Amino acid sequence: MKVEFDYTRSLGPVLSRFMSALAQQQVLGGRLADGTVVVPPPEYDPVTHEAVTDLVPVSWAGVVQSWTWVPEPFAGQPLDRPFAFAHVLLDGADAPLLHAVAVESPADISTGMRVQVRWADELTGSIRDIACFEPAGDAPASVSVSVESGEPEVTGIVSPVHLEYVYAASPEESKFFRGLADGKLFGQRCPVCQKVYVPPRGACPVDGVPTTDEVELPDRGTVTTFCIVNVPFQGQKIEPPYVSAYVLLDGADIAFLHLILDVDAADVRMGMRVEAVWKPREEWTTDLNNIRYFRPTGEPDADYETYKQHL
Amino acid sequence: MAKIPAAVIGVGQTKYQAQRKDVSIAGLLREAVDRALADAQLTFADIDAVVVGKAPDLFEGVMMPELYLADALGAAGKPLLRVHTAGSVGGSTAIVAASLVQAGVHQRVLTVAFEKQSESNAMWALSVPVPFIMPVHAGAGGYFAPHVRSYIRRSGAPTHVGAIVAAKDRQNALKNPYAHLQNEGTTVESVLASTMLWDPIRYDETCPSSDGACALVIASEDAVAASDIANPAWIHGTQMRSEPTTAAERDQVNPHAGREAAAALWKQAGITNPYDEVDCAEIYVPFSWFEPMWLENLGFAAEGEGWKLTESGVTALGGDLPVNMSGGVLSSNPIGASGMIRFAEASLQVMGEAGEHQVDGARKALGHAYGGGSQFFAMWLVGAEKPSS
Repeated sequence: MKVEFDYTRSLGPVLSRFMSALAQQQVLGGRLADGTVVVPPPEYDPVTHEAVTDLVPVSWAGVVQSWTWVPEPFAGQPLDRPFAFAHVLLDGADAPLLHAVAVESPADISTGMRVQVRWADELTGSIRDIACFEPAGDAPASVSVSVESGEPEVTGIVSPVHLEYVYAASPEESKFFRGLADGKLFGQRCPVCQKVYVPPRGACPVDGVPTTDEVELPDRGTVTTFCIVNVPFQGQKIEPPYVSAYVLLDGADIAFLHLILDVDAADVRMGMRVEAVWKPREEWTTDLNNIRYFRPTGEPDADYETYKQHL
Repeated sequence: MAKIPAAVIGVGQTKYQAQRKDVSIAGLLREAVDRALADAQLTFADIDAVVVGKAPDLFEGVMMPELYLADALGAAGKPLLRVHTAGSVGGSTAIVAASLVQAGVHQRVLTVAFEKQSESNAMWALSVPVPFIMPVHAGAGGYFAPHVRSYIRRSGAPTHVGAIVAAKDRQNALKNPYAHLQNEGTTVESVLASTMLWDPIRYDETCPSSDGACALVIASEDAVAASDIANPAWIHGTQMRSEPTTAAERDQVNPHAGREAAAALWKQAGITNPYDEVDCAEIYVPFSWFEPMWLENLGFAAEGEGWKLTESGVTALGGDLPVNMSGGVLSSNPIGASGMIRFAEASLQVMGEAGEHQVDGARKALGHAYGGGSQFFAMWLVGAEKPSS
C-alpha cells in the first residue's frame, strides 16, 4: 500500500525568519531567557515559556560534538551515500544542530573536528538549504555573519510524506481473498450469536470468540442503505457521481460497501435486490475489486422488515 | 472514595477560520492556552499537568505532535499526556484532564485540543485506501450519509429537518465571534437549494474545514476556593463509551455506546428527566441530521421523535432546549478541537459568559462529542452550582 501527501506547513513568526535567513545563506539562532543561543530557534522558551523573539546570526561553521555512522542511507536522507549524522555546535551557538556530515568513512570524522555548511545549489528557504556539512580544516572560519533585513519572505513550507507498507492479511482474510480469486465469497459464522460475517474477522466483535464455521455466500443480496457521492476529492478512485451502497448478501448478517451501477443513481432504493458483476475471469486477483460493481436483479424489492435491523 | 469536585475556571478559544497561515501549530495552540490561563487568572507556574488532544496525525502529517509541543504548552517538568479518540477527542481529552483533578492527583490541569486542517486535506486523510476493499468511501460525509438515510427511513422525518438544523446553527454562529462561518441570510430554503454532495447530505448541511484550538483550565474544589473565580463551571458528570466500528446489526443511527453513556451521565448527575432538567446543550453535529439523531441517542427525545423537537423550534436559541448556541460543528470544525469546543461552550453557558449566544438563566448544560464511525462517545454535564455529592 502507498500513502503520500504534500503537507502545507505554516511556519509562524520564528521559523519564518529562520527559513528566510537560510535562503540568504545565513543561520539564525534564538536567544533564550538565560542568554544561551539555540539553533534552530525554538518558538517558546523551555524555561520561561515566553515566545522567543530575539533571533541572532551565528556562524555556519562549527565543531562536531558527537556523531554516528549511517552505512545505508534511506531515500530522502540528506546524502545518498554513506555519511555521518552529527551534532554540530555552530560558532556563536550554545546548543548543537543535528545534521549530516559528508565524509568518506568513519575514519574521516571525529569529535572536535571543524565542519562547515555546504549550501544547496538552489536556496528555497527550507532546512534543506543546508545540503550537509563538510570538513572545514583547521583554518579559522572565514564565513561572514550578517544580520537579516526586511520581512521574512518564507512563511510556509511543503512537507511531502510518503509511506509504503506491506499489508499482512490474517488467515481468515487470506481465505476470503483466495476465495475471491476463484470467484467465491466466504464468510464465517460466530458459534455464539450465529451471525455470519463477510469478510470474515477471525473473531466475533460482539462475543469475542473465534469464528470458525465457514459459510459460502451467493453473490447477490439487498441494498440496505446508500449514498450518492457527488463530491470529487484528491485521491478519489472512482469518478463521481456514483452510488456507494451497503450490500447485504443473502445469508450474511453484515453488509459491506460496494458500488451500484447499470441503473440511474436516482433510481437506487433501499431494499433493492442486486447481484455482482464480475470482471473477466482472467483478471481475477485476491481483491474485492474482482466484483466490478453490483447491478439490479429486477426482482421485487426486499420487504423492509427483512433488513431494517441493518439500518 | 468520592471524587473531588472539579470545575472549569478558564476557557480560551482561537477565532476559527479556514486558514491560519500566520502561526505554526504550536503558535495556534498557544493562542488558546494563553487566553485560557488569562481567563483563569493563572500562569504556567500554577499548572500541574497538561493534557493535549487532536484527531488522527494524518491530518497534519506530524506524528506524535505532543513531543514537539511540550515547550509551547509549558509542559517541561510536568506530566504531558496526549489523548486520541478520533472526532470525539476534544471531549475525551477534557475528561482525562478532569479525572486527574477529580482523582486528587493534581490541583490545576491545563487541557487543549486542536486541528490545523489547512496543513492537509481531511477528505484525503479519511479516504486512504484500505487493503483489498472496494474504494467507494468518500470522507466523513460518504461514511455518514447512508446512516442519515437510514435515520430518515426509520423515523419517517420530513426531508427538510436537516435544513432546519443547518439554518439554525448558521444563524447562531452570527452571535459567536469565534465561529468560522458567518453566513448571513442562511435560511431553510437556501440550505435546501445548495448542492447535493453525498445524497442525502447537501453542501450547507456539512461542517467547514477549520484551523483552531480550544483550551480549558480545570481546577479542584480547593483550587477554585483559592482563586478569584466566582462563576466556575462545576463538573457534574463525565462519561465515555466505545464500541466496534462494525458488527452484525450494529445500530449506527442510535448507537448502543452513546445511549449507555448518556444514561450513565444522567444517573451520575442526578438527572431524572434530561429534557426538563438540562437548560441547553452543545452536541457534536458535523452533518445537520445528527441533531435529531443525537437528541434521541441522548434521551432528550424518544426513538424516532428527535426530529419533532427540531422541527417545532425547541432546539432554537429561544426554545425550550437550545442546541448548539455557538453555531456548533456545522459552523466551525477544527476536528480535534470540536469536542472540546462543545465542552467549553457548555461551560461558558453555566458561567454566564457566552455573550450574545447566552441562554438566559442556564444552570445546567451538556457538552457532547462523538468520533470514529459513531463508535466513541464523550460527554459531560456542567452546572453553575457545586455538585451536591
